[in-house]
This record gives sequence, C-alpha cells and structure tokens, in this order.
Amino acid sequence: MNGERPLTQNIRAGEAPLDLSGYEAAGGYQALRRALGNMSPSDVLNVVKESGLKGRGGAGFPTGLKWSFVPQSNAPKYIVCNGDEMEPGTFKDRLLLEGDPHQLIEAMIISGYAIQANEGIIFLRWAYHTAARRLRQALAEAYDAGYLGANIMGSGFDFRLQLHVSAGRYMCGEETGLLNSLEGRRAIPRTKPPYPQVSGLWGRPTVVNNVETLCNVPHIINNGADWYKGLSAEGGTKLYGASGKVKRPGLWELPLGTTLGEILEEHAGGMIDGVRFRGALPGGASTDFLTEQHLDVKMDFDSVQKAGSRLGTGTIIVLDDQTCPVGMVANLEKFFAQESCGWCTPCREGLPWAAKVLRALEEGHGQMRDIDLLAQQCRLLGPGHTFCALAPGAAEPLQSAIKYFRDDFERHVTEKGCPWR
Amino acid sequence: MLSDEERREIEAELVHHEYPRGACIEALKIVQRHRGWVSDESLAAVAELVGMTVDELDNVATFYNLIFRSPVGEHVILLCDSVSCWIMGYERIRQHLSERLGIEMGQTTADGTFTLLPMVCLGDCDHAPTMIVDETLYRNLDEAKVDEILRQVQNGAS
Repeated sequence: MNGERPLTQNIRAGEAPLDLSGYEAAGGYQALRRALGNMSPSDVLNVVKESGLKGRGGAGFPTGLKWSFVPQSNAPKYIVCNGDEMEPGTFKDRLLLEGDPHQLIEAMIISGYAIQANEGIIFLRWAYHTAARRLRQALAEAYDAGYLGANIMGSGFDFRLQLHVSAGRYMCGEETGLLNSLEGRRAIPRTKPPYPQVSGLWGRPTVVNNVETLCNVPHIINNGADWYKGLSAEGGTKLYGASGKVKRPGLWELPLGTTLGEILEEHAGGMIDGVRFRGALPGGASTDFLTEQHLDVKMDFDSVQKAGSRLGTGTIIVLDDQTCPVGMVANLEKFFAQESCGWCTPCREGLPWAAKVLRALEEGHGQMRDIDLLAQQCRLLGPGHTFCALAPGAAEPLQSAIKYFRDDFERHVTEKGCPWR
Repeated sequence: MLSDEERREIEAELVHHEYPRGACIEALKIVQRHRGWVSDESLAAVAELVGMTVDELDNVATFYNLIFRSPVGEHVILLCDSVSCWIMGYERIRQHLSERLGIEMGQTTADGTFTLLPMVCLGDCDHAPTMIVDETLYRNLDEAKVDEILRQVQNGAS
C-alpha cells in the first residue's frame, strides 16, 4: 500500500516508450541479469510461486503453480504471451504492450528461463498496430544487445522470441484456441487434460501467460516475493480501467483490492453530469453485473467472486440510467454468438438463440416467457456443458442482468419495445 | 498466382517455422497486404507453399475475421460495434457513415473507395466510439470527426 506502480513506472501518457538504452537506464534487464547470473530456474519459479502472483488475464490462476506443471526434461518447450486482448471493454494490455515493450520482453526471457523454454512467442491481436510496430523495434534492439539469441549474457541459456500477429477472432484468447491458431488451425478449444503445460504447441510443454501477468515477473525478481506481497493486502498491483459514461474513462495501476467505488469515483471521476450509475461489468464483457450495493466491494479475485461476479480483466464497463440494460446485453450476446467457434453445440446453437430473443425484446416482439427462457438458456450455457469458457462467460452478464434489471426486461414486453428508444 | 515479392515474403516467413502450416495465417496476411483480399487462386498457391490442401487452408482462412475472401475497396473502415462503443454512440456513427458513403454495413462504395465493416472491440474503450481505417485508429468519434477522416483518407492522407 506504498503507492508503487511497478508495471507502469516507465510509461508516460502520450510519449513514445523507452528504447533499449532508456529502459536499461531505468533499471531494465537487471532482473534478467540477476536471474541468469545468480538464480537457478527453480529459484525463479519458487520466488514467483512465493509471491502469490495470480494470472491477470481473467482466470486468476496462480502463475508459479501453472509453471510448476511443466515436466522437467530436456524436450523443447515454449512460453507464449497471450496478448490477444479481445474481451469487449478491455484495453489494459494495450498500455503495457505499447508503453513498455522491453518490460514484456525481459519478462518473457526470465519466465522462459524458469520453465527452461528456449522459444517464446508473443501472440498479439491484429488491431494493435502501434504495439506491433513498437514490439518489432524492441525485439530487434534486444537481439542486437544479446538479450535474445544464443548464450544470453554468457549464461549458456538460449532464448528466441517471435511476434505473431493474429488475423482476429475472440477464441484466440482461449489458451488452447490460441495454440491451435499458432499451429495454423482454427482457434477451437482442445480437450483438457492434457494441459498445455504438458502437451501444448506442437504437442510440446507450453506455458501461456497474459501480458500483465508476465510484466510482474521482472519486478518480483528484482524486489522479492515479500515486496510484491506488500504492494497490497492481496499482493501486487492491478491495472484497472473504466469505460462508459464516466467523466474520465481510462486506466490506472492501483493496489489489488481497490474498491469498485474508489475506482469509479476517485479515478474515473464519477458519472458525467446528468447521468446516473446503474451497474457495471467489473472485468470485461463476460462477467456478472454488479450494482450500487457493490460499490464497497474490493476488486480482488475472492471479493468480487463473493459478490457474485468475477474480477476478470479488471476493466470496468459502466451501465448508466440513459442506456438500456436489455440493449446492452443484446449487444454482448450478439458478440458472443458471432465469436463462438461453433465447436460445442450449446454455444453454437444457444448463443444465437439468446441473441435473437434479446433482439426481439428490443424490437417489441418479446413475450414474458422469453425472460424465463433466457434465464434457462443461461443455465444450459453454464460451466460444464462446453469445452471452453466462452459460453459460461457469455451467460454471466445475461443471467445477472435478468437478476438485477428484471423490471426493465418486463417493460420491454408491456411497452412493446425499448423504453429507451 | 503469387507475385515474386509475395512468394519471397512467404518463404522468408516459413524459415521461422518448424512446421510450415504454422506460417499459413501470416502467409494469407502477406497476400492480403499486396492484393487487399485473398482470391481462390491466391489461396491455392499459398496452400501449396505451406503444405496444406486447398480445403484445409480455406477452412482456416474463413475462420478469421480479418482475412477477406471477397474483394474490398481501396480503404477498409472497421467500425467497432462492441459494448463500450455501443454505449458511447456507435449507432449514431454507423448511421452517419452509412449516409455519407451511401452504403450499408458489409458493402463497398460504387467507386470502390470504401468498404464499411462492423468490427468487434478494438481495445480502445476509454476513447469510444472508435474505428480503424486501413491501419490507423481513430478515437472519440463524432459526426464532424468522421467527415474530416473520410476527407483525409480520400485525399491520401491516411
């Protein structure tokens, strides 16, 4: 709670990112030097485990534990950075990718060392053209300086890092879909087990970590697990964001566990004049709505879960009183229906159905029983019925909208159309 | 049906891949950078280079939002239609673009200058509404800004 902002310390709004010499002058690549010079791979893994770092991509799985599932053998392994960031309402990794590319590169080399991978891939979504340009530049600098390539800094450790720019599909953010995409296939999910740590890219042990997760690693190596745990009650910082009708939409690196209300009031500046807060998706499109009664909820993994939602990506989408909740959910379900890869029946068939019913409600063709039909649909799309989390994620905003805004759904039926139009 | 340059670029990409099919999406993007879209003839030529059957590669090509399997205009407008942009005025911007260009979503202007496509979240939600024209991101859109962007792009300033 010391106000440190390690992930964004080098990022200045509106300015170009630090180049290699600037990054080195700011203390960059010291963590890599320390890891390769004074630590064994298992030392690196242990300090990350001890720090309690949890995945920042949405699932919140402990990073050290994920790494520890990689079998210890001399077989080739991969470390992959998930920079697909296609969750609607989410724009946090963009800041790190554009703002400090060397931080991510250093993080990937150290993480690769920890699991003894000699190949790394940054999987970047197509829309981030600026990030792609800056990463290419930074990668070239890192190769020239000998931070990438063979025998890095005389350590005997080889690491090659490539950038893959996606051709665009939400499913690429799902880690096994991402691996299929890297193999030149459709981004459909794979059966687990085997988990990617055992059999991933081209059937080899592979770790997939989110951009923000990885960027924590050099700081943990430099400052230790106790320092990391001391950054907040829950350990570490989090990039929080807000979009919608707030005064100052944006991104802020804050202690993990900052309350929803503080983020929206103090950092996003509250609602724009004349507009009232009604609810928010706390962590991207595939999280359950929270409402006014939840403003004191701490935005950490456990607290948001206890409040009935998920921290997800930590980028908040705000619903206001001049925006129709049914229309908002109709927009979300159309997205999920369109981006479903079609592999599992409930997702392929159920989501277009939900989207169609919501559109009918919006257009005044809805009936009261449609609302219960949607609620039932959410249960059928829920966990356990599909290979991946797309359909359960799609059910979250819908089931919670019915719970908190049922009156608004009913008004669409009784008033034969959208009251907001 | 590939130019020497396309072939060179794809072969340079293949060097980075242990398994050639791993390069297939990049190869399709290379063709698209040169031609604007991927025709059946180009697809067949790429399939041969990456060691896939035509159907295998088309199966991949048709899955991804940004591989165009039909011709597009000189400039492609990708208007974000996801949730934050929707809240902040997507519908207004869509209508304005449609009126100004005289086309609906998914269509190309008669003179072949613009194609208008809906696109999922562009990851710039704190500056909604947003769109990408070719490779340039435009943010905090309103009607006047859209007019100015269309004028600039048409005059070759994009």
